[in-house]
Amino acid sequence: MGFINHEKVAGKMASRTAKNSFVKGLFLAATLFGLVVLAILIYRIITQGIGYLDGDFFTNFASRRPENAGIKAAIFGSIWLMAVAAPVSIILGVGCAIYLELYAKKNKFTRLIQMNIANLAGVPSIVFGLLGLTVFVRMLEMGRSVLAGGLTMSLLIVPIIVVASQEALRAVSKDIQEASYGLGATKWQTIRRVVLPAAVPGIITGVILALSRAVGETAPLIVIGALSFVAFVPENIWSGFTVMPIQIFNWTSRPQTDFHDVAAAGIVVLLIMLLLMNSIAVLIRNKFSKRY
Amino acid sequence: MQKDKVSIAKLIEDNKKKNRYKQGLIEKAVPIFLFITALISILTTIGIVFTLLFETVTFFDRVKILDFITSKEWFPFFEQDPKFGIAPLISGTLLIALIAMLVAIPIGLAAAIYLSEYASDNVRRVVKPILEVLAGIPTIVYGFFALTFVTPLLQKIIPGLSFFNALSPGIVIGIMIIPMIASLSEDAMSAVPRAMREGALALGSTKLEVSLKVVLPAALSGIIASFVLGISRAIGETMIVTIAGGSSPNLTFNPTEAVQTMTAYIVQVSLGDASFGSTIYYSIYAVGMTLFVFTLIMNLIAQFISKRFREEY
Repeated sequence: MGFINHEKVAGKMASRTAKNSFVKGLFLAATLFGLVVLAILIYRIITQGIGYLDGDFFTNFASRRPENAGIKAAIFGSIWLMAVAAPVSIILGVGCAIYLELYAKKNKFTRLIQMNIANLAGVPSIVFGLLGLTVFVRMLEMGRSVLAGGLTMSLLIVPIIVVASQEALRAVSKDIQEASYGLGATKWQTIRRVVLPAAVPGIITGVILALSRAVGETAPLIVIGALSFVAFVPENIWSGFTVMPIQIFNWTSRPQTDFHDVAAAGIVVLLIMLLLMNSIAVLIRNKFSKRY
Repeated sequence: MQKDKVSIAKLIEDNKKKNRYKQGLIEKAVPIFLFITALISILTTIGIVFTLLFETVTFFDRVKILDFITSKEWFPFFEQDPKFGIAPLISGTLLIALIAMLVAIPIGLAAAIYLSEYASDNVRRVVKPILEVLAGIPTIVYGFFALTFVTPLLQKIIPGLSFFNALSPGIVIGIMIIPMIASLSEDAMSAVPRAMREGALALGSTKLEVSLKVVLPAALSGIIASFVLGISRAIGETMIVTIAGGSSPNLTFNPTEAVQTMTAYIVQVSLGDASFGSTIYYSIYAVGMTLFVFTLIMNLIAQFISKRFREEY
């Protein structure tokens, strides 16, 4: 049988397997590259920032001298921003997801909304800043306030919440919904008492991931005019404010390298806050998902 | 006997009657409320388009649209005779996006192939969440990293490198995009049926040959779509280029020089005190409009590719 020339195949085999294992090494190196960069980044930031991370750093306001600089105004600003953005974006995002998954008919308009959300998720964040500047700051005359910033941020993260909530709602088994209808429950009763409780872990995970995106976002807030040198804590939603990323940006863009170390300290605080938020998301997911 | 029996049917009927008005109201009101929340997402898009459009039209009342497109100089801050030619901002944006993709495509794709074709389940379970952490780090942190670590490192390798340059933010944006390309491409490759791999392996292919000649072509639409989305992210990225790229609008494709991107210009104006109603104020909307059109086209291309060229098995 001469279909396969075994000698020829054997002759090429060694180089083919060698190539396979060589390239496999390259692929592995590429995979590890990201992890190595992450390790360097975290190591650099911690070693740079550790010197400024003390109690004063959390209780002091911005200062012209690096050793007195603190992040208090920025931490409170970020919390205030979340307090505005979270409820608005949750109502809009989860509401939109429930509509699309459970109420909307499969027609052109529904497809339009769906496509629109996919495209909104791809719009650069700075463009949302321009929208906020025109609509919230100028047209609705909110000024450069926490309210304007929070509303801008919620528009930015709504698409993320919609997509995550839709996935969570879609995953709820049809059987328990049918069972609820079978017991005579109306549509809204079924959604409120059966579908939503089952989908809550997925929705909360999506919400927290979206909010952590908002905590780290800088550009749109610079555009709507959040302040960069703030020595007060916001008192209400009409106050001016700064947030952690803007404070870090302000320190980073100063020429004195001492301020770069202060910026590193600020980044450590920001990353710890994000880590906390994400751990809460994981905890909630684990705690609730046991029930179903 | 019949009289004493409680009629379940009647109970339900009574109960329904009692709550019918309230219940009916809720059942009618809730869909309307939810529909309004869905409408707001459409209104957001309309708001973005109209905001950009109106302010851009005002800008073009003062600056000729032909100058904006054809002029090669961008000097908006000149007191006399400011120049508004978008070309240097576009070249700066594209240069940085190009560098980013040169970093992100090979590394991201290689990582995707490793995770999808070579890695064991255990390795995948550990590596994927760490890559997601990389994707979740705020861009301001990457900007700081570019300025204080990558730029000094590059200056040691390339002696003539200026402090602000296109190379450093380009590389760092590339690193930021790696997880996105790796994860989207891996999804596309994982969707290729196992039978195709087994078939190729049974014919005597090595794993590399299976990956490159069977899996990669089958998943190509998803992979290319991930590249296009990556480019779109790189074009819209703001803080990294603002911090490490500088603010010199140069019409150059030399990566060692300082440049300015469209996003960095918007930040520069926002930080300064351009008064409301000045030409500079309106110019950020014209630049934002250009940026929006660029990224919208990229996103639509990505959606088109992944729908139109998807191979179904």
